[in-house]
Amino acid sequence: MAKLLEVTNLTTRFYTEDGIVHAVNGITFDLGEGESMAIVGESGSGKSVAMKSMMGIIPSPPGKVEAGTVIFGDRDLLQLSAAEMRRVRGREMAMIFQDPMTSLNPVLTVGVQMTEALIMHLGMKQEQANERAAELLTMVGLPNAADRLKDYPHQFSGGQRQRIGIAMALSCNPSLLIADEPTTALDVTIQAQIVDLVLRLKQQLGMAIIWITHDLGVIAGMVDKIAVMYSGFIVELAPVRALYKETAHPYTVGLLESLPKIDARRKERLIPIKGLPPDLLREPTYCPFAPRCRYNIERCWEENPPLLPISKDHTSACWRAEEIFNGLRIVDYSKEIAVDAIAALAEAPL
Amino acid sequence: MTTETSTIVTPAPSPAPQFAPTDALGRKVLVQVRDLKKYFPIRRGVLRRTVGHIKAVDGISFDIYQGETLGLVGESGCGKSTAGRSILQLEEPTAGTVKFADRELTEMGRNDIRKTRRHMQMIFQDPYASLNPRMTVGNIISEPLAIHGVGDSAGRKERVQELLRVVGLNPYFVNRYPHEFSGGQRQRIGVARALATNPSFIVADEPISALDVSIQAQVVNMLDDLKQELGLTYLFIAHDLSMVRYISDRVAVMYLGRIVELSSRNEVYDHPLHPYTQALLSAIPVPDPDKEGRRQRIILEGDVPSPANPPSGCRFHPRCAYATDVCRQEDPVFRDLGTAAGPAWWPATMRPATTGEVRN
Repeated sequence: MAKLLEVTNLTTRFYTEDGIVHAVNGITFDLGEGESMAIVGESGSGKSVAMKSMMGIIPSPPGKVEAGTVIFGDRDLLQLSAAEMRRVRGREMAMIFQDPMTSLNPVLTVGVQMTEALIMHLGMKQEQANERAAELLTMVGLPNAADRLKDYPHQFSGGQRQRIGIAMALSCNPSLLIADEPTTALDVTIQAQIVDLVLRLKQQLGMAIIWITHDLGVIAGMVDKIAVMYSGFIVELAPVRALYKETAHPYTVGLLESLPKIDARRKERLIPIKGLPPDLLREPTYCPFAPRCRYNIERCWEENPPLLPISKDHTSACWRAEEIFNGLRIVDYSKEIAVDAIAALAEAPL
Repeated sequence: MTTETSTIVTPAPSPAPQFAPTDALGRKVLVQVRDLKKYFPIRRGVLRRTVGHIKAVDGISFDIYQGETLGLVGESGCGKSTAGRSILQLEEPTAGTVKFADRELTEMGRNDIRKTRRHMQMIFQDPYASLNPRMTVGNIISEPLAIHGVGDSAGRKERVQELLRVVGLNPYFVNRYPHEFSGGQRQRIGVARALATNPSFIVADEPISALDVSIQAQVVNMLDDLKQELGLTYLFIAHDLSMVRYISDRVAVMYLGRIVELSSRNEVYDHPLHPYTQALLSAIPVPDPDKEGRRQRIILEGDVPSPANPPSGCRFHPRCAYATDVCRQEDPVFRDLGTAAGPAWWPATMRPATTGEVRN
């Protein structure tokens, strides 16, 4: 598989009044042509900032891409001028967003917005662009597409708007599609429709996909490999099956354990990851997950573990990666409340 | 709603509900909802004339037993939040009755409802919007106590500290402001506030939807622990069936203002009878690449229709794979199918009686 994208040591910080936010701390990964990967992480993990850094859409100030290279095709995107980057965005790489309303202009008809890119990037005439726009909307499963070009975004449902967002992203045949939580704002039954659609389009058009999500459930059946991010670092990177079946990082283990299992027998108890999300203002000198980690040892507080290989194409940033890879599990079923405080509460005046 | 009851000279704070009536099977019914409806008028034009109604909740009936968690599940716009709010009388129901223990809430005056509300509290979805950013955590949690005239200020202070400890926060936080906390911690503050007046019934309106996955599990476990320790009863509202399994004893599924299926947790997950429940279950992604690859998914066509103009007959028929002519014409009746799971499948999908309340 020919390489499409090679990201090396990408580092992004935000300079705020409260201090320096270490949003993305030197992440490295690559993606082949037509390959699909997911970047998984919770809020503040840096997954969206990493993608926006790649696409050159980090608001600056306060944000700044401080280091790294993003080789896409044969050039480093971080070295391109704003005008050159604009040509790459939309044409060679496109993005769909969590809330399709953010990428649609509410005062312009869908037709105007869809044909704009076709005319600008591909030099189509208006009539030809209209035809192509209707074709694209039909492809994403919007009924009566040709008639609906003159409708405004608010006249469509959430699921339909996401379909329009996808049609717009695909209008110039990009070789890379970045999907930033495209199903998070949607209901489960609509989410299933959109996942189905993206999978079908990928097969049909063969573009590479980076799917950003917080949900290890949605992507299990749809990507080739997964990078798990925590506190601005990639903590585990593995082919999809290995990530679920041969997990080698405590955070990934924790994410999988805290997910509800729909085939669980009887009423089970979830195993949450204790503690709080990471503080990004802190200089990352020790392992950022250590404060929440059931597996932490002294070394975790002294050195931040680098991302090291554990098996073929599978890397993990944990000092105990090998043990966890080999099946070590520490389970904590302790209560989420202070039981001793219950008695005190009963005695408190009421 | 009448105001006749408010003329009675009211004794000090409203006493806790002493008993809940028992049903035929000897279960204590803490909350009884019968034919509850909530319509919102659609107003148009300069005169704001009413041109129609959004039928957010359109005739729902169920019981919530003392000490249980009833999960109420449905997608956006199905009326689940309005149902929760109408039960607590935060929205005045258009029709129907809600009984809390031995009291008929729908016939109470404002004052009496306010007093009763001390025993029924709510936890909100968005921990960012539901806490006043200008109040300290201490004031947020003690506000309900002050409103209901519970204790003196020293006593309230003590109670707030215990409440913070119970929900796993440091009592030292009482003088901090909400913005100093993460989403999960804010939700704990919201829970502490709901517990302040020692309620017996709590409506939790999507309390985990705005939280990260690892934090969702914390909050679900916390609510379950609290229920065990304090003997609470919950109505737990959610937009999908995945987390609900871990906290509910029974589950009700709503679609377009109606309950389409209500059953024990295991029945709903193992033998869903209504085609919509089946689709909701099948839409839940499974975090396992092997299973996910093999799984046959039911993908519903189209979107949820507008509650202002629901489809004729069965409201689900335009999206239902099993729909027949009778489904397009006749409105299915919500009825008790008993516990027989096998043959009930057939009438549940092919005949007007598309819904079944399997009780056990």
